[in-house]
Amino acid sequence: MSELKESPSQTAGPYVHIGCVPSFAGLKEMYGGVDLGASMITGTPKGERITLTVQVIDGAGEPLKDAMLELWQAGPDGTLEPTEGFSDWGRQPTDAETGLAVFETLKPGRAGHQAPHALLWIVARGINIGLTTRVYFPDEDNAGDPVFALAADRAATLVAKKTEGGYSHVIHLQGDKETVFFDV
Amino acid sequence: MTEFLIAPRDLDWHPPPLSPGYRSSILRSPQKTRLHYTPTETEMSGPTFGHSMLGALDGDMILNYAAPGEQALGPRIIVHGKLLDEDGKPVPGKLIEVWQANAGGRYRHKKDGYLAPLDPNFGGCGRCLSGEDGSYSFRTIMPGPYPWPNGGNDWRPAHIHFSVFGDGFAQRLITQMYFEGDPHIALCPIVQSIPSPEAIDRLVARLDMAATVPMDIRAYRFDIVLRGRTQTLFENRMEGL
Repeated sequence: MSELKESPSQTAGPYVHIGCVPSFAGLKEMYGGVDLGASMITGTPKGERITLTVQVIDGAGEPLKDAMLELWQAGPDGTLEPTEGFSDWGRQPTDAETGLAVFETLKPGRAGHQAPHALLWIVARGINIGLTTRVYFPDEDNAGDPVFALAADRAATLVAKKTEGGYSHVIHLQGDKETVFFDV
Repeated sequence: MTEFLIAPRDLDWHPPPLSPGYRSSILRSPQKTRLHYTPTETEMSGPTFGHSMLGALDGDMILNYAAPGEQALGPRIIVHGKLLDEDGKPVPGKLIEVWQANAGGRYRHKKDGYLAPLDPNFGGCGRCLSGEDGSYSFRTIMPGPYPWPNGGNDWRPAHIHFSVFGDGFAQRLITQMYFEGDPHIALCPIVQSIPSPEAIDRLVARLDMAATVPMDIRAYRFDIVLRGRTQTLFENRMEGL
């Protein structure tokens, strides 16, 4: 039985970059000048290299230009065990001009019933508790995936689009196209 | 093999996505119900971080941006506590990142145009790993309160932002720490987006005279709690997960 309660969440605010991506925020000498999670490709890993570009759109149709995104995914073998030359975790701010967050990563593999997917976590000003969603791929058989199936008639909001060299994915926070977010 | 799962999150304990008093949440809050599923391997695992990535001053914000021989301006404080889970167990070896405004209430960020000056010797971020007993500690200066655009005369209470990792990504948490006795806590729409006074109280650090160093630096105590474990066995999970 739980004795304590989880610390309540609070927004990451507009200055999340100072703490999580300080080089991006302009603190160039901080932490050796390298933002944690900036590079998921850390060597010459086996597997299919992809560029996953993510944009987060607010209820007025405007891209969030001050958000921070984290990606957590399996390697090409479908496991979350370490893959040589690859980090399963990445962190990117959305660009201050375009709102695009760009992850250079490997296509995750299939694991049992779970289709290839990446967990995506979004924090920003105005987001009181980090938003959890998943990214699936349009060129995979997602039908047997139980989490994908849970999204039912909204499952298409979880599927990235194929682009040259990778995939792009648009997250809608509100409206008819609102992306499925999970409580997990 | 018996495995435990991360316990479900009590969403009613946390701020709802939409809290209209916090104006930025109006266009950025999802409107549909979050769909629940039992954590899979994906959510039960998460990134790990080691001491080798940490610099000697990463956890010392008084010094980590200061010129040689200089220090950040402001009341010197230690912020320390334990990283625990809801079962009261220490969560060791986890990355804790913090960021804050300087003593005048100004962030080192191009989007912050508050008239209080930057402190050339204060960057505003720090990080550390929790110890074997879950303990963590930072040195910093007391951040100042500051005004922010929310449609009225809104001032943030002095606060420090915390980003915390757990064993599984489902435990990932970002929150803010406030200071005991700050009258702005009761007035702040962001703080008050948390539904209960009891929950708000968990984010209020206490002056800790026992850890205060005489003639040097005061200490504030702040424990951070991540989601605990449930007795549910892996074998009992939804078919196929």
